[in-house]
Amino acid sequence: MKFGVVVFPGSNCDQDCVHVLRDVLEQEVVLLWHQESSLRGCDCVVLPGGFSYGDYLRTGAIAKLSPVMKSVAAFAKDGGLVIGICNGFQILLEAGLLPGAMLRNTSLRFICRYVTVRVERTDTPFTNRFQPGQVLRLPIAHNEGNYTVDAAGLKRIAERGQVLFRYCDADGQVTDAANPNGSLEAIAGLCNEAGNVLGMMPHPERASEPSLGSADGRGVFESILQSVACR
Amino acid sequence: MSPARPTAPTVKDDERLVRRVAKSHNLTDEQYAQIVRILRRPPTLTEVGMFGVLWAEHCSYASSKIYLRTFPTKGKRILVAAGKENAGLVDIGDGLAVAFKAESHNHPSAVEPHAGAATGVGGIIRDIFTMGARPIALFDSLRFGPLNGHARTRFLFEGVVKGIADYGNSVGVPTVGGEIYFDEAYRENPLVNVMCIGVVPHTAVAKGAARGRGNPVIYVGSSTGRDGLGGASFASRELSDESEADRPAVQLGDPFAEKCLIEATLEALATGDVVGIQDMGAAGLTCSTSETASRGGCGMEIDVAKVPRRETGMTPYEVMLSESQERMLLIAKQGQEAAVKKLFAKWGLNAVTIGRVTGGDRVRVFDGTELVADAPVAALTHGAPVYRRPVKRPAGFARLQRLPLRAVPVPRDLNHTLLQLLGSPTIADKAAVYEQYDHMVQTNTVVLPGRSDAAVLRLKGTGTLLAATTDANGTYCLLDPYEGGKLAVAEAARNVACVGAEPLAVTDCLNFGSPLDPGVMWQFRECVRGISEACRAFGTPVTGGNVSLYNESPRGAVDPTPVIGMIGLIQHTAHSIQHTEGRACYAPVTMGFKDEGDLVWLLGETREELGASEYLKLIHHRKQGRPPRVDLAAERRLQQLLVEGARAGLWKSAHDCAEGGLAVAVAECCIAEPDHIIGAVLDLSLVTCHLSLRLDALLFGESAGRVVISCEPHRTKRVAALTARAGVPARLVGTVGGGRVKIGEWIDAGIGELSAAWRGAFRRTA
Repeated sequence: MKFGVVVFPGSNCDQDCVHVLRDVLEQEVVLLWHQESSLRGCDCVVLPGGFSYGDYLRTGAIAKLSPVMKSVAAFAKDGGLVIGICNGFQILLEAGLLPGAMLRNTSLRFICRYVTVRVERTDTPFTNRFQPGQVLRLPIAHNEGNYTVDAAGLKRIAERGQVLFRYCDADGQVTDAANPNGSLEAIAGLCNEAGNVLGMMPHPERASEPSLGSADGRGVFESILQSVACR
Repeated sequence: MSPARPTAPTVKDDERLVRRVAKSHNLTDEQYAQIVRILRRPPTLTEVGMFGVLWAEHCSYASSKIYLRTFPTKGKRILVAAGKENAGLVDIGDGLAVAFKAESHNHPSAVEPHAGAATGVGGIIRDIFTMGARPIALFDSLRFGPLNGHARTRFLFEGVVKGIADYGNSVGVPTVGGEIYFDEAYRENPLVNVMCIGVVPHTAVAKGAARGRGNPVIYVGSSTGRDGLGGASFASRELSDESEADRPAVQLGDPFAEKCLIEATLEALATGDVVGIQDMGAAGLTCSTSETASRGGCGMEIDVAKVPRRETGMTPYEVMLSESQERMLLIAKQGQEAAVKKLFAKWGLNAVTIGRVTGGDRVRVFDGTELVADAPVAALTHGAPVYRRPVKRPAGFARLQRLPLRAVPVPRDLNHTLLQLLGSPTIADKAAVYEQYDHMVQTNTVVLPGRSDAAVLRLKGTGTLLAATTDANGTYCLLDPYEGGKLAVAEAARNVACVGAEPLAVTDCLNFGSPLDPGVMWQFRECVRGISEACRAFGTPVTGGNVSLYNESPRGAVDPTPVIGMIGLIQHTAHSIQHTEGRACYAPVTMGFKDEGDLVWLLGETREELGASEYLKLIHHRKQGRPPRVDLAAERRLQQLLVEGARAGLWKSAHDCAEGGLAVAVAECCIAEPDHIIGAVLDLSLVTCHLSLRLDALLFGESAGRVVISCEPHRTKRVAALTARAGVPARLVGTVGGGRVKIGEWIDAGIGELSAAWRGAFRRTA
């Protein structure tokens, strides 16, 4: 299948995503420059991590205005698969493709380390290769991963089962100690109501090869492959 | 340029003003007279500024040059030798080369820690991609005063760490290693050294030379402001109470602009339309125009009126001396200007033709039609006076080296001593720092920080792993600069070898006090002598680096601190690769003990060497004695053994004994892996059988050339045979397992307690 990895000025995980999709999973990948409006027939669009536009105003706030984001929104509305990782998640929130917003980590520091997350649902295009409740070891690397949403929004998210990943301890228990950034209800990854747009703070592309210490993230991309293959 | 070509500057600057500016650049009367002789007339304001910054110690290496020439710089893998380009270039096979270099940003960081450290990162990254290399890793070697109770030290420490994080994380280059020391000697004058490593195909190496008469000189990147005005001069003065007033001399960094600049520059270089390129670092436009012209053996004309500005009313002097960040100078092929500019426009960056390469040998600076500077290139870049400064062993040195061991009691509770050492910020776990750095971006970080003696990066598409480290011990160098220089290289090479990599080459960052102090110049000379000797012995040439002098405050000079950056290679071999799920999976050697029942060995000799140790400093508050002796031949044998053993997959862990000695090293082997802490039981009677060592020397002494390894029991014979053949003393000292670290009858501590002490240091001092 064909993946499109969007490149904003300041994206810095674009090539990491390309490496996993092209070299590890052997899929076709194109880079989509932020000023393009064609998605060039991609089956799935990846918004990679980084510091788009330096994150100077607010994370993702400028990137959402890029021409490519109009196309991404239309693509998502038609049911196209979109995954935003880290800064990509922040951009999806700013663009209104996912509900809620990001606050700074409660430590007020950038945090780069491995965390464990629990898979909350396995009936989605992004998680169908996992077991229910499976615990994944994935790295995070962000300043603003402290997810928040108003009470009504949280209720909606809960009712529709939009949370796909939660920070947890090694045994799969959601605890305060296992929550690295103060995220509301330990939310690490969340999809839209239709289930075709995912935003997640952990980096699956950094954990897709055993030589890097974990290959747990590969399941996210393999799930996407499976869901497209079964369409 | 103006149609009527002026042959001499058309501006007349007031000579008294020019002389005053010369003074502000620390130009002596003699140097001023020399400039007048060179120009055959008094300099203009712009010229005196240009000479001032290029002749400043920071750019000219006036005091250090005669010593730097003694470094070994040749080797079969060296593609570009030290000093020829912006960074050294080392062949690593597969048609690839590594460009790497270290640089200091000490003075800016002392005044404005966040911006100072951030721009230090930005500057060294530019040195690397200006070679055409993709920056793949950053290292930070940092030194501060002790943290306890000192608000200003904490402000400096936290500001520097955050500055590195904010810049490095955004720009997308992982910070994978480094070191942090805390010592009184750095209280007023912290050291902030950054090393960057980049990779470039041989065919894509860019040159820092201007060539081709008539070729356009293009300014790219951020616009020019008054920030960082005269930074190179600032870096060449001692810090004083007035240094706070130097804040405008500290540049401000914009990592977003740098990230765009990296991508645009590498794209531009790939087109083949760029003839030469030079980053604008210290001394900004002055340095980049003069150096490219010098390397190309040509002249250059530029018009400062065309330079993009972020402030109004800037004079030519200010434009030529500004150290605004994220700027480069390109020399493009004639006719390709438009293509180059379009590429930079795509990344939202300025790209403006500001001049041309000319024949002749002069840099001529116009401000519209006015000629404001006209000076010979050679005089600017190589005309700086080279000094042979007075050298004298400091008075009181012998007293410092004397260590009356009888006055140093062996602590009764050695368990407690071990916990104190593990919990001291210099030795303790640095996760609180490196977790603020993105150390995984680019997905090449095969071993996470804190898990091995050197960082290990994979090079995608090759079977090669690159290992790298930075090392220095200022206390060693204070107490014996010659041995200290050797020890820094030895430890760096040992660290690289511990992960299984063959040490290849060195970059250095030499941090010293004022060159006007004969004692400092003696330290410098002796350190360089030690470094040279060790580099020769190990076959690791010096590929370049940086000298930072005037690291002084009213309280005195910093400890002599030559930071050694070392790279090494793990070549693709059958043994070093495990196959998981049908894919190659590399296995460099990490420091942590792995499994119950594995055997622990100590490689190398332990002597009664307590001088200059962390133990002596921390527990007995004595910074004295002689540092450990290093036997370079023995070190070389040890390195070769470490590489060979790792290649053969003989051992599961390796960790060198550094600050805190054997006991700290063993404890670290037990607790380094946060998810896999495991105990060990050691019997050191074999180590001590022939010697009557003081207990504290045995446990905490820092004898060089020692490494703790662990292997499976069935490997015993092969390990013994290999070490014997290599001529490296090896003693079986214990077994991995259990929940405690026990060393003889002296140490017995739970691994949880040790881990808490080691991991909690930065929380406790907060």
